[in-house]
Amino acid sequence: MAGEPLIRIRDLRKRFGAHEVLKGVSLDVHAGEVVSVIGASGSGKSTFLRCVNVLERPNGGTMDFEGFHFDYEEGARRQPTAAQLRDLRARIGMVFQSYNLWPHLTVLENVVEAPIRVKGERPAEAREKAEALLARIGLAEKRHAYPSKLSGGQQQRVAIVRALAMQPRLMLFDEVTSALDPELVGEVLGLMANLASEGMTMLLVTHEIGFAREVSNRVIFFDQGVIAEDGSPGDVLRQPSSERLKQFLRRVLHEDAYHAAPAAPLLGGRT
Amino acid sequence: MRIDTIASWWEGFAPYVPGFAAASGLVLVLSVLAIVVSWICGLVAALAKTSRFSALRRASEFYIWFIRGTPTLIQIFIIYFGLPQMGLRLSPFVAGVIALGVNGGAYVAEIVRAGLSAIPKGQMESAQALGMSRWHMMSRIILPQVFRVILPPVTNEAITMVKNTSLLSTITVVELTLYSQTIIATTFRPFEFYIATALIYLVMTSLISQAAGHLERHYARSL
Ligand SMILES: Nc1ncnc2c1ncn2[C@@H]1O[C@H](COP(=O)(O)OP(=O)(O)O)[C@@H](O)[C@H]1O
Ligand SMILES: [Mg+2]
Repeated sequence: MAGEPLIRIRDLRKRFGAHEVLKGVSLDVHAGEVVSVIGASGSGKSTFLRCVNVLERPNGGTMDFEGFHFDYEEGARRQPTAAQLRDLRARIGMVFQSYNLWPHLTVLENVVEAPIRVKGERPAEAREKAEALLARIGLAEKRHAYPSKLSGGQQQRVAIVRALAMQPRLMLFDEVTSALDPELVGEVLGLMANLASEGMTMLLVTHEIGFAREVSNRVIFFDQGVIAEDGSPGDVLRQPSSERLKQFLRRVLHEDAYHAAPAAPLLGGRT
Repeated sequence: MRIDTIASWWEGFAPYVPGFAAASGLVLVLSVLAIVVSWICGLVAALAKTSRFSALRRASEFYIWFIRGTPTLIQIFIIYFGLPQMGLRLSPFVAGVIALGVNGGAYVAEIVRAGLSAIPKGQMESAQALGMSRWHMMSRIILPQVFRVILPPVTNEAITMVKNTSLLSTITVVELTLYSQTIIATTFRPFEFYIATALIYLVMTSLISQAAGHLERHYARSL
């Protein structure tokens, strides 16, 4: 893809104690790209996503995003400040496996909290926008409900809307359907497919190989702390070059066979 | 039991009603002040326990260990009878508030720490990921949830505090217990007066439980 990438990551490294989890990850993501991250459990996918919005502070490497230039090398002068981190995170949405809605706030309060208090939007305006977003995912009538009254699929869709309400330039999704009952996976993947088709830039960790194949325009395979393969879904998923990726795909596709159902509504939502 | 018996009991009580009211008022004042002191001590100790500095963590652990492992009465005696020997002479009222407050603080510290650790890490991460400042995250997202979790043990602490003021009778604070003892010394009616005293404590502690119950039901909406 041509032009400046939205986000440019170079030689990103992260270790926990002596355990080196990311051993130099470089990645450019252009605006509008949908990049699926696949890889075995423990290969560092979550850690990588969490380094992008600095929920984990990397131990080395650089990152450029919308005028931010961060240098994580030890002793570097461009280490991000607390204010820069808040600014960065306000522009990068993140959705977690466990939804993480705030249980003491209603659905609407969950969605408007950050737009009002982080971005400084006027409450009436923020509420109006939040209600429009909730209406789009068919949860308008749940706006005054507390999260505990919602199904897992509904909670996860609210979590996505909560991130979208900040009008992020990039969305990170970390296995957002892994905690859901199989029959609820489709509604969440459907919403993500819609987002992708509207041009949202997305970086998502997923075990839903069908989704990665149909919705993303790029798939990267994480293995032993580095990006082992990077290419179009057709290339990476249909013609894996490494033995380890072949093994990995055999394992997850085998699992997929047990709950193949979720793939269906997704294909419908991708028109 | 005959009506005139009850009437004669009441006649025996009536002269002491203003005195009981004043002593009960003192119990409330002592409790409120000691609870305030206990929250200050408790929050400082809870913060110190998670501090980067090991000396602070050690001090906090020692404080909690000492308070929980020794009788409250001895702690009161140390502050009222012991400190004057070190040159610090406190009035019975002030010594009592400090002793009960410092005592309660050790329990508050443990309650707050447990409450904070009961909030899943994801609650903070989702707040951080939206660009919230630490202060915003604590005040709007974390502490309101902590407050719900710790409401029951905090209620117990408040009730314990009201009952513990009774111990201050031993250092000449004329609160409810000492007041009833002085009456009994002249009327020789321990049964009636101790029962009456117990009932007054019971009303106070029950009101606290009731208020907490209301709050809990209010919060249960979101569960
Ligand atoms: N906060 C942490 N402290 C220590 N080790 C961690 C931490 N987070 C992740 N790890 C370790 O880093 C490795 C990669 O974890 P993770 O990024 O969650 O993998 P994935 O998401 O691909 O399953 C694992 O071995 C995990 O145990
Ligand atoms: Mg993970």
